[in-house]
Parts: sequence; C-alpha cells; structure tokens
Amino acid sequence: MLVCRNGRSDSLTLEGRLPGERCVAVTVQDGFIARIEPGGSSRAVRDNLVLALAFVDPHVHLRTPGREDEETIASGTAAAAAGGYCAILAMPNTDPVVDSASVLRGLLETARREAVVPVGFMAAISRSLEGEELTELGELADAGAAAFTDDGRPVRSAGLLQRALQYGAVTGRTLALHCEEPTLSRDAHVHEGAVSAELGLAGYPSVGESTMVERDLALAAYEGRPVHLMHLSARESVEALARARDAGVQATGEVTPHHLCLTDLAVRDLDPNVKMNPPLRTERDRQALLDALRDGTIGAIATDHAPHAREEKDVPFEAAPFGVTGLETAFAALYTHLVEPGLLTLETLLERMSAGPARALKLPEPRLEVGARANLVLLDLEAEWTVTTEGFRSRSANSWLLGEKLHGAVVATVADGRLVHG
Amino acid sequence: MRHMLSIGDLSREDIERLLGTARALEGPDPLPVLRGKLVLNVFYEASTRTSSSFELAAKRLSGSTTTVRSSGSSTDKGESLKDTVLTLSAYEPDVIVIRHPQIGAPAFVVRLTDAHVVNAGDGKHQHPTQALLDLYVLQEAFGRLEGLHVAIVGDVLHSRVARSLVQALRLVGAHTTLVGPPALLPRGIEQLGCEATSELGAIAAADVVYVLRMQRERMLPGASYVPSLREYGARWGITPERLRPGQKVMHPGPMNRGVEIDARVADGPDSLVLRQVRAGLVVRMAVLHDLVAAGAASRLGAVA
Repeated sequence: MLVCRNGRSDSLTLEGRLPGERCVAVTVQDGFIARIEPGGSSRAVRDNLVLALAFVDPHVHLRTPGREDEETIASGTAAAAAGGYCAILAMPNTDPVVDSASVLRGLLETARREAVVPVGFMAAISRSLEGEELTELGELADAGAAAFTDDGRPVRSAGLLQRALQYGAVTGRTLALHCEEPTLSRDAHVHEGAVSAELGLAGYPSVGESTMVERDLALAAYEGRPVHLMHLSARESVEALARARDAGVQATGEVTPHHLCLTDLAVRDLDPNVKMNPPLRTERDRQALLDALRDGTIGAIATDHAPHAREEKDVPFEAAPFGVTGLETAFAALYTHLVEPGLLTLETLLERMSAGPARALKLPEPRLEVGARANLVLLDLEAEWTVTTEGFRSRSANSWLLGEKLHGAVVATVADGRLVHG
Repeated sequence: MRHMLSIGDLSREDIERLLGTARALEGPDPLPVLRGKLVLNVFYEASTRTSSSFELAAKRLSGSTTTVRSSGSSTDKGESLKDTVLTLSAYEPDVIVIRHPQIGAPAFVVRLTDAHVVNAGDGKHQHPTQALLDLYVLQEAFGRLEGLHVAIVGDVLHSRVARSLVQALRLVGAHTTLVGPPALLPRGIEQLGCEATSELGAIAAADVVYVLRMQRERMLPGASYVPSLREYGARWGITPERLRPGQKVMHPGPMNRGVEIDARVADGPDSLVLRQVRAGLVVRMAVLHDLVAAGAASRLGAVA
C-alpha cells in the first residue's frame, strides 16, 4: 500500500518520491505530519509516484448560492480533492452576491457541514458587484472573508478601488482584481486578432486587459497596498506586473492552465468549451505567461474553475457563456502540456500550484515537515487517462479537455490532515 | 464533401469542382439528382435571395424541400436551436440548410444531426455559397479567376460575405483589397491573405469593385464606427465618378441605394448584381448535388 491507513482512522502513511529527490514515507497522525522517513518501498520509484505538497487554488466558482445545479460546496470541494487540492478560494459573484456578512456566514456554515477540503470565500469589493459603493469590508473581514474581489467584472471606478485599497489597512486583506476595461471588451467573445477577424467575432484586445492592469498597479503603488491580479492573459499585462514588482509594488499574479496550454487558434472550431474570459490569446502571449510563471513574476496557477449547466453551453459559440472547469484536470493538463515536453520543470509546476498561490493570498502554506498540518498529494506520473463528461465529481462538465488523453493522475490527497481522495 | 460550413474548409479543387458542376447544371430542365431526398431550410434571419434560391435549387434537382422560419415557429415559444434541430432531424433530412444570427450555429447543428449541413450565413462569420456564386459570376464575366483583382468596399467588420469571399478569392489565386473606414476593417484581417486600406483610391487598380451593404442598424448614434452615415456615403460611397469606365461592380444585396452605392452604378451596364442573383440558383444546386451525390464529377456526366 502506498497509502497505508496503519490500522487506525487517524493515522496513515504515504510513500513516494519527493520531486527530483529520494523516496520517503510520510506518516500522518491526528492530522499532523508525525514522521518523515526514508522510503522503504522501491515500488514508489518504479511506479513513478511523486509525493508533493497538496495544491491551493485561489480562484474557483462554486456557484453557491444561486446555481447549485451547476456546483455546490460539496461537489466543488470533492472535485478539488480529486484534483489534488487541499484548499480553494471561492468567488463571490453568486446570486445573491457575497456582499454582506449574513450571506458569507451562511456559506461558511454550509462549508463546515459539507466541504470535502477547506474552502475560503472571497467577498465582493462593491455592493452587487456594481462598482459604485463599497461593501462593509470590515464586517466581512471579521466574518471571515479570505480576500476581496469583484471577479467577473473589473472595479469600474478608479476612485472606488482607491478607497478599497485604503481600507485594506483596516481589514488586512488583499484585493484580487479582475482587470478588464469594459469599453474595450464590449460584446467581445474572443481575443482581437487574426482569429477574431476570420471568425467575425467581436474581439477583446490585449490592451483592454493591460490598461486596467496598469491602472490598478498604479493605484496599488500609490496606496502602498497589496493586490493580486487574477487570470492574466496578455503579454502586456505580464510586462506591467514585472515592472511594478521591480519597483517594489506588492503585486502578485495568477494564470490559468488553459491560458498556459492553448492559444486563440483553439477557438477556430467554435467549440463553446474553449470560450472563456479573459480569452485565449496568441502564442506570444502564451510564451510570456509561461516565462513569467518560470521566473516567478506570476507566482500562482489558478483554475478559474467555472462550471456551467450543460444546456447553457449546448448552444452556438456566440451564444455560449464564458468559463471552463479545471479543478480535476489542472495538474494532468499542465504536466502533459508543459512538463513532459520540457517547457516547465515539475518542481516549478508544483510550487506554483501550492506554496505560490498560498503566499499570494496570504493563506497558510502547505509544508513538509514534522509537526506541520498534513497537506499532501500523491501523483502517478505514468498514469494515462482520457477526460470524459462522465468522469467528473464536479456537477458540470464544460472542460476544454474533453476527449483528450492526459498523463499524470492524482492518486491521493490529504487536506488539512484528512485523506480526502484516494 | 460532408458539409458546407466555411470556405476555409475547402480546397481549390473543391471550388473548381463545384463551379464546374454549376456550369453543367445550367438550363431549365429538372434533374433527378435529389429524387427522394429531403432538404430542410432553417432560417433564423430574414432572407430573400438565399432562402428562395435554396428552395428552388432543391426543387430543380427533384428533391423535397420546405423552409422553417424562426418567426411563426416554436422558436417563438422559446424552443432552443438544439431542440428545433433534433425535432426537424426526426424527418430524416438529407440536408439541413441553416441561417442563424449567431456565429458557430452551423458547427453546432453538425453535432446534432446526421444530415449534411450547409451554412447559409452565421452572424458575421461565413456565407460560403455567396462566395461561390460570386466566383461563378467573376469566372463568367472575365473568363478566369487567377490573377483577378477585386476591391471589396465598405463595412468589412460586420460582413460574413467579405470574410467568405476573401478566403475564396485567395484559394483561386485572385487578389483582394479591402477598403473601408478604419473601425470597419477588422484588425488582423490581412492575415487571411489580402490588403486593407481606408483609401478609396485603392479601387482604381481593381478589375471589380465589390460593394458591401452598409448595415444601417449598426450605425446607430454612439456606435461611432463612422461619424455618420452621411460622412460614410461622402467618402466611401461608390458613384459613377469614382469608377473607371468598364470597371465591373458587384453587390451581395440588399442594396442601400444612395448610401454605399449610387443608383446609377447599381443599374448601370457594368453592374453584375442580377447575374449574382441568377448564379445563386445553379451554384446552390451544385452544392446540394455535391453533398448528396458523392463523387460529383463522375456522376455529372450522366446528368449534364
């Protein structure tokens, strides 16, 4: 047994090769790492099982409250467990919006009952995400908001964003920002470029993202407050982030698996499962994102897991909503598309899926040391599997990977000391 | 061919075969090619030329056909495109011809039905049979396609006709220049293999000036693609004075006389507009023939 329960419910041992290193056996007792010993079994090496820190996803849509037909806290966190995650952060663009402490408390209560892995909730920066009035940031922080965001939309008013940044001194929370200038992305479905010209779809140019990135970074610099830039897609945005970080701005960034693996050429078949916002951009953008991920300018991989009901995506491309799922495929997709071809090391991938996002959002970092809370994932790098609509724990199946054969599978996940998958 | 969704799916050989088939299908006599076959036209947008020519084409080839329009159908009761297509597929059509305002609708229909699917226009994306009939007219008028120079003038951004035609002209070795106001020339369009300019003077070198319909509904105040329709007409409208004598003119219809095209040009001796309408029939016959009767070239000997 590579995951051995040791005959009691509160103790288990995982054996695997540490990335690029020796084989170890990690024993978890009462939720904490009790022992780290040299691995006894050569099977772990032979089977190419890798033992790593479990993943943290700073950007998930759990669709609860309001669209429990698409995802619930139970189904979304089960999907997270299957994907190797030990913690996720849910977005507040639900119905109702998470813009009051009562809604947030309700979610935290539900999560206590049904969450399979720990889930944090971001609350809205502006009431109803309308970008006009601040939510009660202090009360929301006290009630347990993990961070603040208007995700799905930009904070339209620069003045309001400035006030929210200033109030960060009171809440101590980071602002996570969706950077999009709406007058430059109006009616758009895809990146503006040769593909949008060919397809006739209205385009959202890179500059529509990067002008907002520049605005938000300038305000963060002026107020001296931290910001986290979500789902970056354009080269120009990455360059702006790198400049700001060099200048000492407390800014972090995240990128999605689909933006790292695909370009807008993937849209030419008009499959609604490759329609997302921000859109897939060009190979130059993809390379810039990959470079930034390697050098740490972008420290976090976020799935932007966005479940949609089958009938919502079962329409012509132009009518389909934005968003794709990602929790259960992120590691395998990135391992197959980036690590195997030699574009990214396994070590960097694992860091950007675990400690990187935790640091960016000021969450507890998973650690591999005796006495630490156990947050571990066991990965089989030799496993081959095909993504199908039937295989998901998520209630939705709008994956950009349907039908694709992937390498690398999550064998077991330990989240907050408990074996949640495997 | 399994489907006719986009000119981008075709090869030069496909185009030459289809144009050859169309030529062979000229003539008033009905042909038995589609006997016992069903062609369903599903139109979610207004159409005169395209819907009537597909109906006539199917009938001229001895097939059964009917046209379902979104208004007056179950679409008015909220039926989704998916359910409409599944419902119509129960009649086991051989071909579904679809026009829809949303880009990607024909590609979506392909996933729902066993029938051959023909794109009769999907939003701003593609209108492949229009491009084929335009090539047919050009071939008739000039005796060749290779090396022709076509200037396409007007609202390229919103034009499925322009997108299809640029690809088609490139495939057959003709040269295209797009001319229009800057905001109506989509960024990146040159990568389809054409030139793009806002200088109307660029039409002088062209063998043919292809005038696009100015989509008035897109020119509402505030859209600001051009300052005004009046300013558009003054700068880019095609008048007799702006054409060389003998320079041919085409237009996919419906025309806004006095906006993008002067009535004297539309009705003038160098206008190929009515030939385009006529060609629509034989070209759509050729497309239906090619889809349903595989190995079109060999069979044609028998029917022609």
